[in-house]
Parts: sequence; structure tokens; C-alpha cells
Amino acid sequence: MRSARGPEKPNYLAAILFLAPAGILLVVFLLYPAIYTVLLSFNRGRNGVFGEWVGLDNYIRLFSDPDFLNLGTFPPSGALWNNVLWIVFYTSIVIFLGLIIAVVAARVRYESMIKAIVFIPMAIAATALAVIWKFVYSPDANIGLLNAVLGTIGVSPISWLGDERIVNFALIGVGIWGSVGFATVILSAAVKSIPAEIIESARVEGASERQVFFRIILPMVSLPISVLAVTLVVNVIKLFDLIYVMTFGGPGKASRVIAFTMYQQAFQAGQYGYGSAVAVVMLVVLIPIMVFNVRRFRTKAVT
Amino acid sequence: MSGGVLAEPLAGSRPHTPAGRIVATLNRSAVHVVLGLIGVVWLVPTIGLFVTSFRPRSDIQATGWWDIVQLHLTLDNYRQVLEAQGMLQAFVNTVFIAVPSTLLPLAICALAAYAFSWIRFPMRDTLFLIVIAFLLVPVQVAFIPLLTMFRDLVPDLQLTRNYGAIWLAHTAFALPFGIFLLRNFFITLPPDMIEAARMDGAGDMKIFSQIIVPVSVPAIAAYGIFQFLWVWNDLLMALVFVQDSSKFPMTRAIQNLLSQYGTEWHLLAAGAFLLMIVPLIVFFSLQRYFVQGLLAGSIK
Repeated sequence: MRSARGPEKPNYLAAILFLAPAGILLVVFLLYPAIYTVLLSFNRGRNGVFGEWVGLDNYIRLFSDPDFLNLGTFPPSGALWNNVLWIVFYTSIVIFLGLIIAVVAARVRYESMIKAIVFIPMAIAATALAVIWKFVYSPDANIGLLNAVLGTIGVSPISWLGDERIVNFALIGVGIWGSVGFATVILSAAVKSIPAEIIESARVEGASERQVFFRIILPMVSLPISVLAVTLVVNVIKLFDLIYVMTFGGPGKASRVIAFTMYQQAFQAGQYGYGSAVAVVMLVVLIPIMVFNVRRFRTKAVT
Repeated sequence: MSGGVLAEPLAGSRPHTPAGRIVATLNRSAVHVVLGLIGVVWLVPTIGLFVTSFRPRSDIQATGWWDIVQLHLTLDNYRQVLEAQGMLQAFVNTVFIAVPSTLLPLAICALAAYAFSWIRFPMRDTLFLIVIAFLLVPVQVAFIPLLTMFRDLVPDLQLTRNYGAIWLAHTAFALPFGIFLLRNFFITLPPDMIEAARMDGAGDMKIFSQIIVPVSVPAIAAYGIFQFLWVWNDLLMALVFVQDSSKFPMTRAIQNLLSQYGTEWHLLAAGAFLLMIVPLIVFFSLQRYFVQGLLAGSIK
């Protein structure tokens, strides 16, 4: 216990003075709104204020809306399903590429340069990423690099962002491009923290490079990978800017995600109760991760 | 020991047979090819945008940016987007939004983090766990109540027509992470240093401002840079909380360009590059702080 920090006697006045600005802001602009939104999700919420109470009606409508979640078709569709696609493909590929780059780049002298290059997209706004990739994906042969490259091997232009079957994967590709640098930096640090003697002795005993990777490196970075995976999943649930700028949820409603649906329902359709229900679903999805974080810090001795 | 461990099989144990040497060379070439390919994929899209932003509109429509033969460069796109399309104003607006939305949380978080680290009070750890739980509360749960509050409770302040609403929203939602990060740094400071100051009769305010803050500059800077870029790059909060088009930041201005002139690539490229320029400068000049802030921010 390090709770000896600070003088023996509790100092209420100082605590209140130092905590007041943060406390007031958190209560007024975060806690109170969160409670308000939860309550509003059981209300019609016209104009953003409490009016007619509707029970679970907003939630029933939400989960029976095929634009939100449609499990009746194959493949399933809807905004929530798109989040699932993102979680599966974005998270796994970002971690996979991040680990590959971290391990492979460690073998060359220009390691820090490669890491900086893949890290640059982390500095850039999602809005700018969206513009960069709208160029790359353009079906116009004089604008879109990707179609131009494919054209040289005889593939006719593909409408990456205009085809319902492709659009989500095209967007996930941009998300991956934007996040691999982050994974690389985290995993590179993790890989380098593996004691050299362990890898040395494995090699001395004749382990192949493949065995070293799968039997030693991979198990020893499994904890950083799980923390990274949680972070990426949170990114996906909060994902908004990229979708809004690149496709506005289209074509049709094909690339909507949950955060986009919340914005669209509340501020474009003016359905505040319904929009609140979407926000509450976002909150509920994040609660297990909150609990995970709190547990992690309590065991790490918060005091 | 950077890179030493994994570089070993290539640099250190040289194979002694000719066949082994060929395999090693091939392996080494494969590594360079893979990394070269990665470098290309991660650089080329951004370079394409950069080159396009300097090409005349007629050239952009006639040939691809990769067509080196056709390269005439011009600053017209920037002139047009800055003046006619109001990007200069949007740039200034972004600064007006980002600076207070960075400095306010910085000051407020540092105060609170000090209390959580070095002031004794009941329920300190419980309150801190609540702050950790707040880390993941999505901004979406605050949109409707805050807009309603600003509209009905303080209509005269017109908070969504000036920058008040977005400053408050960014500040409030920055607090959990900022408090978390700074508190975790403050508790690593040596207790003797603080106790000695207390013995000399220094009050908390004095300890905070004359000891804690000066020795915590690297942590505060890392957090400040993280928060600044977070706000600089934000679109969503600006969509919700900035409702006067003369006060739109660059992210919204570019979104408008896109919806009005979806295929005017010369404007879009220049506009997007203007949005990127400050983060890129920050990245290249303060890379260490920047990466630190982001790594610590991985929990956000």
C-alpha cells in the first residue's frame, strides 16, 4: 500500500479545491448527460426533452430495424453487423501486420524509419485519411491509383466505395492502414522486452526461426496483444469520422456503423429518444471493457 | 539493446556452407523486399495527395499524379482553397477551438491528478476508479442532453454559435484520460521531495505549482500534444457543437468541400493537406512526446 502518500491528516479543504473544477465538469457535462440519455431512451424525446414515455419501444424498434441489424439474410447486414465485420477484420489484421512489421523491421538498420513511416497516419485526421483514400479508390482512371494499378494487369475499374458488397472491406482497409503504426510501436516495444538469453538459448538448442516466433515471441507478447485488441475494439465502437467523410454510410445504408446511426437518427432524423437508445447501446457494449479496465487497475494496486 | 536480439541470426551467426550463405542472402533480400513494399504502401497514398495538391486542375483531370511527364506545379489550388473556399478562416477557427480545448483540460487535469496523488482524503481510490470507468463513456451519450441544456438553460450564451459548447464538451471528455495519465505520473515522483517541502511549510498550491508541475513537464507535454492533435483532428464534436458556419474548423470545411464539389480534387487535395500540415510538423518535431502520449493514450 502506498496510501501513505500525502500527510497523515486528511485535508478536506485542499482536496475540494483541487478536485472541484474537474468534479463539476465531470458531473455536469458527463455524468448528468449520461443519466439523461439513458432515461431519454425510454421516452419519445421530442426536441430532446422528456415527453411521452414509451417503455422499451425505442429499443424494440431499433433491434427490429434491418438497417441496424439484419440477421435474416446471408451474409447478415446492418450497422451493428458492420461493427462486427470491423471488429473481426480490422482488429485481427492490424495486430497481425503490426506484429509482422515489429519483428521483421527489428532485423534491419532502418527500423526506426519504417516504424515512423507506418506511424504517420496516426498523426493525421480521419477526415484527411478519408480524402487520401477517396483518391486512391476513385474509379476514374486518372485519379484512382488502385484501379490504375489493377488496370495494368487487365482488371477493369472497380467501384470500391460504390458497391455494397465491397464498401465495408474498402473502409476497413483504410482503418487498417491508419492503425498499423500504432500496433507496430506497441508490439515492437513488447518484443524487445523479451530477454535476449531466452531467444539465444532456444537458438543454441537448434530452434528454427519459425519455432522461435511461435513458441517464444508469440506467447510472450500475448498480454500486450490482448490490451491492444481491447483498444482496437473500442476504436471500432467509436468509429465515426472516417465513415461520415468517405461514404456517409452509403451506398444506400451499406456502410453505416453504430456511431453513425446514432448521429443520423438524432441529428438528421430528429429522433432524440431513438438516437438516445443507440447511444445507450454503445455505452452498454463498452461496459464490459470498463469493468475490465477497473479490475486491471485495482489488481495493479490503485493506491 | 534495440533490435539486437532479433537481428542476431542475420548479422551474427554467419552460415559456413555456400548453400547456407545463399539461403541467408535470400532471407535477407526477402526482409528488405517485404519492408520496402510496406514502406511504399504506407507512403504512396499520402505522396499522391501531396503531389495532386500542387497540380493544375486541368492536369489532374487529364492524367494521373503518378504520370511524371506531365508535372507542372502551381500554388493556385492553395490560393483558391484558402481564399475563395474560406480554408484560411477555418484554419484560424481550428486554432481557436484547439488551443483552449487543450489548455483547459491540461490545467484542470493537473490539479485533480495532484489531489489523487498527494492529498489525503476519504474515498480517494474509489473516486479514482470512477474516473477510470469514465474513460470509456462514449461522447454520444452527452450529445442530446448537452445541446438541450445549452439551448434551454442558457439560451443567451449562444454556446453553439460561439466556441463555448465545443470547448466545454472537449474539456469534459478529456478529463478522465488526462487525470488518469497525469496521476499515474505524479505518483512516481519521490515522496521525500514533497514531504521536505511540506516540512518547510509549503502549502499544497505551492507544492503543486513549484515542485510537481516543473518536474512533470515531459508528462504534461506528452498529454498536451495528444489532446491538441485529438481536438485538431476531430470532426464529430465539431459537427454537433459548432453550429455557426463561419466558425467551422477545417475538418468541417473539408467535409463541406467534399459534399459540394465531390470531384474537385484540386481543392480537396490542398484542403486536406492544410489540415494535415500542423499534425505532421508536430509529429516530426516532437515525435518522442507524440508517441509517448499515444502509447499512454492506448486506453482511451
